[in-house]
Amino acid sequence: MKALEVHNLRKEFVRRDGRRGRRRVTALGGVTFDVERGECVAVLGQNGSGKSTLVRLLSTLLIPDGGSALVFGHDAFREARAVQQLVNRVSVEASFFKKMSAVENLSYAARFYGMRGTETRERIPEILRRVGFPDDRGGDPMESLSRGMQQKVALARALLTAPILLLLDEPTTGLDPRSKQEVQAFIREVRAEHDASVLLCTHDLAEAETLADRIGILDDGELLCLEPADELKARYGAETLEEAFFAASGHAFANGEEEDG
Amino acid sequence: MRAMSLALRHELIGLGGVVERNIYLVKRYIWWDVAFFVWTVANTLTIVFIAEGIPAMGGKVNVEELTTILLVGAVIWAYLGIIFEILTETVAWERWEGTIEYTFMAPLSRPAHLLGMGLFAIGYGVVRAVLLFGAVAVFFSLSLPDANYAAALVLLMIASISFIGVGMMTAVLPLISPEKGTQLGFVAQGLLLVVSGVYYPVSVLPGWMQALSKISPATYALEGCRSAILDGTGLTGLWSDIWPLILIGIVSVPLGLWTFRTGERHAKKHGKLKRSG
Repeated sequence: MKALEVHNLRKEFVRRDGRRGRRRVTALGGVTFDVERGECVAVLGQNGSGKSTLVRLLSTLLIPDGGSALVFGHDAFREARAVQQLVNRVSVEASFFKKMSAVENLSYAARFYGMRGTETRERIPEILRRVGFPDDRGGDPMESLSRGMQQKVALARALLTAPILLLLDEPTTGLDPRSKQEVQAFIREVRAEHDASVLLCTHDLAEAETLADRIGILDDGELLCLEPADELKARYGAETLEEAFFAASGHAFANGEEEDG
Repeated sequence: MRAMSLALRHELIGLGGVVERNIYLVKRYIWWDVAFFVWTVANTLTIVFIAEGIPAMGGKVNVEELTTILLVGAVIWAYLGIIFEILTETVAWERWEGTIEYTFMAPLSRPAHLLGMGLFAIGYGVVRAVLLFGAVAVFFSLSLPDANYAAALVLLMIASISFIGVGMMTAVLPLISPEKGTQLGFVAQGLLLVVSGVYYPVSVLPGWMQALSKISPATYALEGCRSAILDGTGLTGLWSDIWPLILIGIVSVPLGLWTFRTGERHAKKHGKLKRSG
């Protein structure tokens, strides 16, 4: 069984436009791809390419306009509860209750996945240690932690619930080089040890090449290609992913730091 | 059977998680709560001192009775406001913190989520209402030898079910309209304030407002609590206030859940279930 099967997934949003009133904007225009069990697939795209929309659809936070998505055989839109049990996510924003500590944030989040206090009392310190979070900072409010540390707690939150499909939406954006490397090393470890499948949406070309088995290029809501990095470069006669992106999309790859639609 | 019991266990743990999270938040934002409580005490005092002010201006009233009527009204209203506020914050607070997407993608049913919020709201609201009543009462020489506090508390618990149902309906507003939703919740709360006889008998209201007062759970909660505290009426004597509250609760909770579910679906369809709205 495949970890993820996405078929002709479509999503439009209505946007307010000063002069013309409202207009429909296509965020995803019929995306089809799959992810094998244990595989890491990266989707490369610039801001506004539709990466976050894809992740939010697979997280059951959006209802599509058409198409389907199966997570380990479960329909993400008709069997949302079953899918929610299998999936977790790390996004560009760590997204925590700012005044609450790392341990408090992880503790209540684990309850939503059916974990009792007796389980989390042991699991939380253990998982925080694994992501390299210092033992003595577990009680500090999230707002007093660095961005890198917050992102480690976000990884710990995702892994605490033992997801078999991990959705990573720009997980290292805004991190310093050292934190970025630590997070990437941890993602590799999780894949190796937990047999987790990963969908990585990023605009970091090097990260995609380092972590992913296959790389797709998402541009203006269209998935232009999806194959291993070497094949992708060979197909477009490119030496780098950046050149391949240019050849595939017809425009240069502009890096950005903001969450896309 | 086993699957059902596991599912129920999961829901109860999740419901406990919602309560746990709110307790953490109270602990972490304790000075906000202290400041808000002091403001509520001051606000309640300005209302209750009206009873002392009327004879000073030449009016004739039973000061002790009016003081108690106003005090009960202000305390019940503060309690009702807290329930509404906490339930409305189900969406608004999470959006402000940026956690809304993680909460709504978690495998927890919406009824368990909202009932967890409601359960916390009742506990928090009752503690706050008791402290408020005590804090304001010390300013006045009230003598309430017949007061049946237990009956008033039971009535308030029954009324809370209806308040939660109505609160669920207002909680959906920030989901549908991230910019105006919370303010619309205040409008709904204000309408209840006007028609429920918080500081005056509903008989002084125009006919159409009196008709609205009949479907407001606050009307029965106020009448019942006043009767229990002023006259010492027991639960049997309060039945005429209890049965409408039960009826409103039976209707409002499922209606609130349905309204919230419909709003959530709308938000998912239009991409509003996200931190920036």
